[in-house]
Amino acid sequence: MGRKILLVTTDQQRYDTLGCNGATLARTPVVDALAATGQRYERAHPQSVVCMPSRSTIITGQYPSTHGVWMNGVALPDDAPSVAAVLHAAGYRTALVGKPHFEPFLDPFARFPENRFARDGLVGLHRGFEHFESATHGPAGALHYARWLRENHPEAVAMYYPVLDAELEVNTLGGGDTGAPQVHDNPIPTGWYHTDWVADRTIAWLDGLDPSDDWFCWMSFPDPHHPWDPPADELHRVDWREVPLPAGYVADEGERRRILDGKPRHWRAWYEGTLVSNFEAPLRWVPATLTAEQVREVNARNAVECELIDEALGRVLAAVGRRGWADDLDVIFTTDHGELQGDFGLLFKGPYHVDGLLRLPMVWRPAPSAGRPPTTVTRPVGLVDVAPTLCGIAGLAVPAWMEGRPLPTDDADADARGFERVLTEWDSELFGVGVHLRTIYRDGWVCTTYRRGYSHDGTEGELYDLADDPHQQHNRWDDPARAGLRSDLLSDLWDHQPPPHLPRRRVEAPV
Amino acid sequence: MTLGSIRHAVRIRRPAEVVWELVGAPERLPEWFPGVASCQVDGSTRVIVLGSGLPMPEEILVNDAIQRRFQYRITAPRFTFHRGTIDVIDLGDGTCVVVYATDADPRTMALTIGGGTAGALDELARLMDGHADTGAG
Repeated sequence: MGRKILLVTTDQQRYDTLGCNGATLARTPVVDALAATGQRYERAHPQSVVCMPSRSTIITGQYPSTHGVWMNGVALPDDAPSVAAVLHAAGYRTALVGKPHFEPFLDPFARFPENRFARDGLVGLHRGFEHFESATHGPAGALHYARWLRENHPEAVAMYYPVLDAELEVNTLGGGDTGAPQVHDNPIPTGWYHTDWVADRTIAWLDGLDPSDDWFCWMSFPDPHHPWDPPADELHRVDWREVPLPAGYVADEGERRRILDGKPRHWRAWYEGTLVSNFEAPLRWVPATLTAEQVREVNARNAVECELIDEALGRVLAAVGRRGWADDLDVIFTTDHGELQGDFGLLFKGPYHVDGLLRLPMVWRPAPSAGRPPTTVTRPVGLVDVAPTLCGIAGLAVPAWMEGRPLPTDDADADARGFERVLTEWDSELFGVGVHLRTIYRDGWVCTTYRRGYSHDGTEGELYDLADDPHQQHNRWDDPARAGLRSDLLSDLWDHQPPPHLPRRRVEAPV
Repeated sequence: MTLGSIRHAVRIRRPAEVVWELVGAPERLPEWFPGVASCQVDGSTRVIVLGSGLPMPEEILVNDAIQRRFQYRITAPRFTFHRGTIDVIDLGDGTCVVVYATDADPRTMALTIGGGTAGALDELARLMDGHADTGAG
């Protein structure tokens, strides 16, 4: 028998929301315990800061430029490389339970398999997953959770926040005590909420396996992505009035605008509501209207959602233990991208390559039977390295089409194998607005170059020294003293940036 | 008003009149539009049923065999405005270009419907000459 693999992803979770990473709001004892006995990564970056490209990177082990899912709404082809297919071919039982989002969600024609399985009463096979049971942030769409909720608890369908408005734009509607956008009091019982459903369905799948099976399960929680509508009965866990403002929140409005003006112009334009350069934020919401109280409430609800995920994971691990697999279980916990969550007075995500979106929680707890000591890895790694790591756990060679490498087990291993940099891409073209970024993190610096687009002439950039500017408030792109460093980082970036996928894949939907 | 305008095109190595025979027949839409499960035509009214089960009522505005232009609008209340335009343009060398434009308010509808129309052009090309050569603008 080989090792069992549980890949746990959340959606849009910041690095600083886990206790093991210094969080004080959410209590996450389950992930903290995994980190204490495993490997905790302090500088894990996504290769894209939105869902579809990032999730496509996780499953393929490729950069967005290579797999070709260059923005949300672009579908990963059915026959794209998949680590699940590799493991399945090697004899692993395979499942994905929760949010997939390799294919567009807004699909009234039901052209994509993700949106047909639940309709047709099927659970796979898809992308190497023999069991494919899907969910998203609520009851919308044609996914398994939505169907389950409609069939079993139809009264709960209307309890959720409507993520999209009547025009299919990300909803501006505010709620809670502060009127913050995408905040909503959801009266749904915790047991019917999608977080618990994902854990329940994972446990059900595990219960159906033979004790001798080797298995790989990707458990993909839709939270803590907006909307921030956890079960109302759970809100008592964190009193938003007691929540401190995030370190990246700039309280003084004048100072906030000054900082934003030091960045490429789409930052300030979005803040003032004059340019929404991506679909991932409410079209009609103006970030400049965000109050400190709203930031507190968003962070409180986010923390509640993180706690529910942690507890759900704890239930799954207990189920694994009951089956006698605990000693051979590898767990990787991470997310697809971060969330601004009040930094710079902003929420949500977009073409903004700063730590709120770039720095991800990542923990790998190797199987106890492997006898590996706990470590903290400070060197840069990426989500592109997850799929090769899964192959390594299974004792399989890393396929040549994967561009990542098995995650380093400690800094010495990272140094020996050249984990010096990590790259992130952004491309979007929507309704005439194009934005294109390429970013490198190396040696404690984050350097982003902009290509010509709707707001940019191709000369703009961002350069931050995380050692003395951890919140990326002082853009040194135009600092003459840093010109050599900037040039070196850009050379390094372009030396390692894969070429774009040709022909470019088509945008099929907004998301 | 948030008008979205999406355009897709495909070159087909078959004469325009052959392609128009299919494109200009509104009742034959399910043959070449993946995700359209069925359709019923009654005069200038067409009701299509999408793969998701959603019925979509439409009004046929133009069906011009001389210009080889087909135009319609979705009349479902969710649309403030919709105009779908399919042009089959003769290139004079025994081939043609089919352009499928979608204008809609709200704009997200244009992108969502537009993804389907691009898939339809792929299928049209596959049916006509065995491969697709699509582009968007």
